[in-house]
Amino acid sequence: MRPQEDQTRFTESSWMSSNLGPSAQQALISHQRSWSPYVDNGGTVLALAGRDYAVVAADTRFSVGFSVPSRNLTKIVRLTDQAVLASAGMGADRQYLHKILRSRLEVYKYQHQKQMSLSAIAQLLSNTLYSRRFFPIYAFNVLGGIDDNTGEGFVFGYDAIGSFEKVKVVCSGSGQTLVQPVLDQQLAGRQKYDLPDDQRMASLSLDEAIELTRDVFNSAAERDILTGDAVEIYAVTGSGVRYERHSLRQD
Amino acid sequence: MATRNGSSGFNFDLVLRNERLVERLQVDAPKSEASVLAKLPRKTGTTIAGMLFEGGVVLGADTRATEGNVVADKNCSKIHYIASNIYCCGAGTAADTEATTQLIASQMELHRQATGQALVPVVAAMTRLKQYLFRYQGYISAALVLGGVDELHGPSLYTVYPHGSVDQLPYVSMGSGSLAAMAVFEARWHERLSEDEAKRLVYEAITAGIENDLGSGSNVDLCVIKNGGKSVDYVRGYAKENPRPYRKPTNYTFPKGTTPVLMEEIRKYIEVKRVVSDL
Repeated sequence: MRPQEDQTRFTESSWMSSNLGPSAQQALISHQRSWSPYVDNGGTVLALAGRDYAVVAADTRFSVGFSVPSRNLTKIVRLTDQAVLASAGMGADRQYLHKILRSRLEVYKYQHQKQMSLSAIAQLLSNTLYSRRFFPIYAFNVLGGIDDNTGEGFVFGYDAIGSFEKVKVVCSGSGQTLVQPVLDQQLAGRQKYDLPDDQRMASLSLDEAIELTRDVFNSAAERDILTGDAVEIYAVTGSGVRYERHSLRQD
Repeated sequence: MATRNGSSGFNFDLVLRNERLVERLQVDAPKSEASVLAKLPRKTGTTIAGMLFEGGVVLGADTRATEGNVVADKNCSKIHYIASNIYCCGAGTAADTEATTQLIASQMELHRQATGQALVPVVAAMTRLKQYLFRYQGYISAALVLGGVDELHGPSLYTVYPHGSVDQLPYVSMGSGSLAAMAVFEARWHERLSEDEAKRLVYEAITAGIENDLGSGSNVDLCVIKNGGKSVDYVRGYAKENPRPYRKPTNYTFPKGTTPVLMEEIRKYIEVKRVVSDL
């Protein structure tokens, strides 16, 4: 009964070719109803900030359903000497987004004879995402870096259409629900609810922050089937960007 | 359920109702598949396999149980006991594979005592399994690899599908990792494999599933049945090749007072009175 109703509804639309046979029309209708432009390729991204550093990390697994087309596909792009971006979500949209951001930053560099600041990049990313408000880029971004003037570390968390927030720690992607509570507890000191806000923040050294990052990625890989293979870690400090890579579970 | 107009036959009203429910769920939560699947019971993405060799049969399984994209159990056991000479690997819904194999195991023990046999034939277990699954028209999500040795037919190996169909083959695989496992079998299997070669090949097939299928993971379990069904070598953790590679050297410590004390009350003793009701 239902297919009949649907057929009537769809064949009334003007765009649909009326010379298709009923079975071809049915095939077109069912295809339209099931096809989606979005695919979630899994993976977890993380960014956390300290007094004079920021850490940006992501795993390198690229999955489609239960298959793993690649075990070594980066989710991170180094935008400037002070800003690193990591994006979870759909692989194709991520590569497209990273490409247009890199090109915008290149143009900015030659027009202004300087690199774009972290806060300006944060706003550029938001504008880029919102420009696609009604056909969003399926990427969940975390941006980390240090402030031009103060040298203080900061990170920004985004949704797919450009809403963003300047925070100290953020995580996105398939392992988000596993990782974010641990980061909140360890860094934002959310359990110390009898302390005033300015005393809650735990102060980790850069090495401690990297240790914590490696540990949470190993934990996420234990329980999230879409996270694994390897973790890439970028540490942004006043003296530039440092990169390291470590193996995770392969199964 | 009563049918319309008092006519006989099947009534499919609930099928339509279920479709509407799924549609509504999809509208409420745009991550459609995840939200709908979340209502369903635990399905284990799995790699299971079996292989015959001269004089016996090898069964193998991975040990990962998943709920959607989350690993529910890192070391679960998927090779189930049916009888002293018969074991059965299960893929699909964990509750279904466990309940089904337990039910058939109990029936096989009763059958053995009723017929006065030392060992039940593997065909008996296969027949009961397929009849049971067929009766439920595929709604019992159990995809099984059944293996054993008996006096009647020697080493036997079957796959039983959720709808009740059966295959009898020298090497089989099932579950979400079955393609990875079968790829190994098709590349390396030949007739007249020795016991050690068969074990090696099943281990490699399960490993292919563990590595290449996200629904499978952790360890390899193996079960070898031979000697006319009189000896069983069930090895939990035949291979453990996926340990956690890194753990933070320093502990996560919680200083005293992390959880503040809001109220303190100390009682020296509590009097317990026994009240006996007239009723």
